Amino acid sequence: MLKYSTVAAMSDIAAATRRMPLVGILGWQDVRQRYRRSALGPLWLTISMGVMIATIGIVFGSLFHSPMTEFLPSLASGIILWGFISTVINEGCVSFIASDAIIRQLPIPLFVHVLRMTWRNVIILGHNLLILPIVFVAVRKSVHPVMVVSIVGFALLVINLLWMALILGVACARFRDLSQMVGSILQVVFYLTPIMWLPQSLPASVSAYVLNFNPVYHLLEIVRAPLLGHLPSTMSWVVSGATAAIGWAVALLFYGHFRRRIAYWL
Amino acid sequence: MALIEFENATVEFAIYNATGRSLKKQLFQMATGGQIGSDERGRVVVRALENLTFSLRDGDRVGLLGHNGAGKSTLLRMLSGVYEPSSGSARIQGKVGSLIDISLGIDHEATGRENIYTRGALLGITRSSMKQHIDEIIEFSELGAFIDMPLRTYSTGMHLRLVFAVSTILRPEILLMDEWLSVGDEGFKHRAEARLAGMVEATKILVLASHSRELIMNTCNRVIWLEHGKIRMMGDTRAVTDAYFGVVPSELHAA
Repeated sequence: MLKYSTVAAMSDIAAATRRMPLVGILGWQDVRQRYRRSALGPLWLTISMGVMIATIGIVFGSLFHSPMTEFLPSLASGIILWGFISTVINEGCVSFIASDAIIRQLPIPLFVHVLRMTWRNVIILGHNLLILPIVFVAVRKSVHPVMVVSIVGFALLVINLLWMALILGVACARFRDLSQMVGSILQVVFYLTPIMWLPQSLPASVSAYVLNFNPVYHLLEIVRAPLLGHLPSTMSWVVSGATAAIGWAVALLFYGHFRRRIAYWL
Repeated sequence: MALIEFENATVEFAIYNATGRSLKKQLFQMATGGQIGSDERGRVVVRALENLTFSLRDGDRVGLLGHNGAGKSTLLRMLSGVYEPSSGSARIQGKVGSLIDISLGIDHEATGRENIYTRGALLGITRSSMKQHIDEIIEFSELGAFIDMPLRTYSTGMHLRLVFAVSTILRPEILLMDEWLSVGDEGFKHRAEARLAGMVEATKILVLASHSRELIMNTCNRVIWLEHGKIRMMGDTRAVTDAYFGVVPSELHAA
């Protein structure tokens, strides 16, 4: 038996998915607003991301004595995807807070604000992805049919990020300090996840813990591994699927319980 | 049929960053709005609305009277579905439209045309049905070629005419207003009046918060007078406005 509040939460989410045109408009508006009247627009994101990858690639690649042909594509896709993951989680914390004017004035399904934030970051990710072909050409990496699998991985990643953003959005609307905490935790996760370093540079005994018990590593892998031309491990799929199922179950209960209070907290 | 049924509806805000007894006392002293107290866990609580019980049906034109902070805006927000009562029940049946804060969601860097679609999407109007209205909106707002210019180039009057034209294409069953909208110069004012009157005419239930006796007398057939979040008086327009504003001497003579 489902609780009434959980059903209400589900219908809010279903109603939000029917408001996709609104999500689309607001998401684009967010991106455009940041870059209005600049000639290159959101491509500035791509440029700064590209410069960062090049710099880190040269410094860390030589520091860790990693072969560039392997390190650079892994670093580039890792940083770009991490940028997406961490921004969605960070901005998820303020997705309701930032939309307080709309929430307190119009009865729009609240999940719309989470979708809007996610969509905005998907658009930005799309711009950053332009870097990958350039990197691949630079290191003469060939295109592999396995790359298509990353689309499935990306869908699963987004499903996971949505429940995280939803729970954090609700919790941070009530406890404003939480978003600072989430920011610091993400910093730690960034260093624990093989983004700036290659997984194989860790000693096997350590990597078993650092990698296998790190759900973010698995979420990253289901998108990044196919981009780099190999299939993700079964374990990565299982962990990502399981976190999606459990996470959404918790999120629905949580959202159901507190959804009515959100407007009061803002 | 549109229907609004409130039963002991209460709105309570817990104020999490106001703790401690001394602060609570201070708040008590400067309280002009809702009642401030504390709940069983000792948190500071503002009771913006308390035990509202009333029901509205088709044809009701309700005026909301009350001083600033009496709970009029909170009640309007509850009617729009933004706030659900923290206790009691509020049943609202029918499509609700609001003419409160009609500039919400406007992007000053975007063109008038883009803003029309954004506003429409916020109000739940699809792009395709907005396309049918867009010529009418452009014509009504008298923007001409400015419609494809960024909003920051608009004068205040142009801005108002645009948002007014967009928001008034709705035909809600329940219409919420905070004071009568009045926009533009003399010529436009009359057309705006007519358009607004048409919208009010078409709606089944109107709830209008106002400080104007004349407006309430002319528009409403029922009045709710709120004080400190509670209904002080509810009933016939004449009786409640007289009690709230006091009887005007000249009318006494006339009577």
